[in-house]
Amino acid sequence: MDQSIDARPAPPSRLTRARRLLATAPFTARLGMVLVAIYAFVAIFAPWIAPYGEVEVVSRIPFDGWSAQHLLGTDQLGRDFLSRLIFGARNSISIALVTTMISFGLGCLLGVFSALIGGFVDQAISRFVDALMSVPDLIFILMILSIFGNSIPNLILIIAVLTSTRFFRISRAAALNVASLDFVEAARVRGESLLWISIHEVFPNVLPLILSELGMRFCFIFLSIAALSFLGVGIQPPLAEWGSMVRDNAALINMGDITPLIPAASIALLAIAVNFVVDWLLNRASGLNEEG
Amino acid sequence: MAVEPSPAVLEIRDLRIEAKSSDSWSEIVRGVSLSLRKGEVLGLVGESGAGKSTVGLAALGYLRPGARASGGSVRLLDTELLAIPEEERRRLRGTKVAYVAQSAQAAFNPVHRLMDQITMVAVDRGGLSRAEAEKRAVALFTALQLPDPQHFGARYPHQVSGGQLQRAMVAMAMICNPALIVFDEPTTALDVTTQVEVLISIRKVIEEFGVAAIYITHDLAVVAQIAHRVAVLRYGEVVEEAPIASIMDHPEHPYTQSLWAVHEMPANDPAAEGASAAALLSIERLGARFGTFEVLSDIDLRIGRGETVALVGESGSGKSTLGRVIAGLKAPSGGRALFDGAALPPKLRQRPLDLLRRIQIIYQSADTALNPRQTVRAIVGRPLALYQGLRGAAREKRLIELLRMVELDESHAERLPGQLSGGQKQRVAIARALAAGPELIICDEITSALDKVVQADVLRMMIGLKERLGVSYLFITHDIEVVRAIADRVVVMQHGRIVEQGEKDRVFAPPHEPYTERLLASVPDMAVGWLDRIIAARVA
Repeated sequence: MDQSIDARPAPPSRLTRARRLLATAPFTARLGMVLVAIYAFVAIFAPWIAPYGEVEVVSRIPFDGWSAQHLLGTDQLGRDFLSRLIFGARNSISIALVTTMISFGLGCLLGVFSALIGGFVDQAISRFVDALMSVPDLIFILMILSIFGNSIPNLILIIAVLTSTRFFRISRAAALNVASLDFVEAARVRGESLLWISIHEVFPNVLPLILSELGMRFCFIFLSIAALSFLGVGIQPPLAEWGSMVRDNAALINMGDITPLIPAASIALLAIAVNFVVDWLLNRASGLNEEG
Repeated sequence: MAVEPSPAVLEIRDLRIEAKSSDSWSEIVRGVSLSLRKGEVLGLVGESGAGKSTVGLAALGYLRPGARASGGSVRLLDTELLAIPEEERRRLRGTKVAYVAQSAQAAFNPVHRLMDQITMVAVDRGGLSRAEAEKRAVALFTALQLPDPQHFGARYPHQVSGGQLQRAMVAMAMICNPALIVFDEPTTALDVTTQVEVLISIRKVIEEFGVAAIYITHDLAVVAQIAHRVAVLRYGEVVEEAPIASIMDHPEHPYTQSLWAVHEMPANDPAAEGASAAALLSIERLGARFGTFEVLSDIDLRIGRGETVALVGESGSGKSTLGRVIAGLKAPSGGRALFDGAALPPKLRQRPLDLLRRIQIIYQSADTALNPRQTVRAIVGRPLALYQGLRGAAREKRLIELLRMVELDESHAERLPGQLSGGQKQRVAIARALAAGPELIICDEITSALDKVVQADVLRMMIGLKERLGVSYLFITHDIEVVRAIADRVVVMQHGRIVEQGEKDRVFAPPHEPYTERLLASVPDMAVGWLDRIIAARVA
């Protein structure tokens, strides 16, 4: 009697859905995706693309101008600027990516958990997070790094912890809404563990909201690593990093040479590209309700 | 109730409305024609999604965002509503044509007094002075039988009951003496005993003020009391239109006939007493409170193996709370509960997994009870993995068995809840409960969100499942028709206490407890004239 049975066609496969999704992407999102893909390609294949080595001193002339041999000239030690730029993509992007993932996992898990438990535990975690957020990030990072020494693991860890507070806030707020729904209660009655409920019942439902935050935070992490390197406490030489490349060659600007602006522009372009993609994803996520 | 011929107040001709879904327009109203004369009430009946509300709103010249009229005409008195600009249409709304929504709670602004909200349109657009408007409002309050009509308007929305608020909204609609009122399921959200009062009031003002009305509902019994004519809508088309008496006696269209489905379900034969002597759940002197407020007191309840106990009462009677106490979601404040001879631990955490398996709960709204991001396979498969440790092919086999049991099949396993109809979603929720292999299933209003036809199917299926599996049901409901169809025993609750319990036939047969009497008397008959008899009985 239920006439609506089989009224709808069986859902298409994941691949078809992904392809269809891609077809509906606006121009900005496609542009963003292409740019991100180029960055990823350069980062992964840096050793094959770069004309010279990362720390190889190839010229006796520091701050050499653009030439056929050194397309973007050389830096303060006579290393090939273009090669450093390419290797810089690899270092900066991979560190930012790892940091984002750690902060995402930590913040979301804690946020969803906190929302589900409620009561004292929730209050304790939330107030601790408030305290962390109230200290200016850059000062906090500088302080920690000067105490524990500025190694890359330390850098990643401290930025990840500080960024996770943002993920915590947003995922906790979203999870509070989901936690009041019947299917979460049904899972409790079924006897599921809190971890299982967090991961299987709540997390997939708050993900679209957090996804947008993920892209934004990636950009901010990228920028703060660059800023720290610019200040000299981030990624240490001789590793190539865009922020430190700006600092080391900043003097050139006074001479009317735009070379040091290129790594800065690379940072900006990546940030814009990621945001284009994220914006579109966010749009999709908010429209999800229409489709049910 | 005869209506003399007079010029049409509303004339809808071949109305077509399209709605945008993802990227394409699809027709949701397909050539509807209706006409309505002064003093006439037209019932608009159909299931959810049939286009009732869309047609009702079109009578106000209003289209929901994302919808457009692609053809036809809507004439109100001498105005073609689809041809005039939105600004002029807005001026007509509230003055010439008015709307009464389903939820008065949502329609009133909680921070303003009722009188301010009710008279606003009359003062702004109706050309009445504030004093005139207030005088008229008080007259309407009186006609609507609201308590203390002189001072009723001074209250805030939260200070009056749901039924009173619904009547206040009728007053707001009537304030400018409109030619047409559209009632959109005005009593659906109310309890049966309140529904009668609101129905009587609505009937009275419609007759007194001679207004034409469209009454949208999915409940035929209600429409029989209030409408002169009924139009049955399905998939955006009028499948049958006839005077109320003839449609009640001889529904022509097969679809119209199917709307009687639940009503015509035979009452089940209650399990013979003694056959279910083994008590599965017995509760003694149980109480529960929220803070200092006592929601449950002195509850004695016994559910036998394979027995269906219906828990009946109005909203706020504590029936859902009792279900939650049994499920372990709310700790009782006192009393004793035995499940299968052993004490039932009050808190969820104290219950072993196997005990959780044996008591399952099905919720009213499958929309919120199913995780929208899990496929049917994941939803139904989880209890199989958790309780029975089934994996791989064995789990898949059992999964398909379960889906078949609830009259779905393996083609549904891959779908997300959003890709299923309301009835199918509730079936998935039932399959999830069955997957645990329970002995007691708490069914909290599981059919009240479903359309009548689907409701009957689900109930029939639940009866069949009980016979096959020997489970017990605690059926929480406010719908007497559902109780008739499914219950062995009936427990009537009011104000957190059980006022009457016993075999179904005994509870439903006179003499009744006063409250049971009132509850039973409030359920509209599927026949014309029931409300007239009630009104006559009150006058006498």
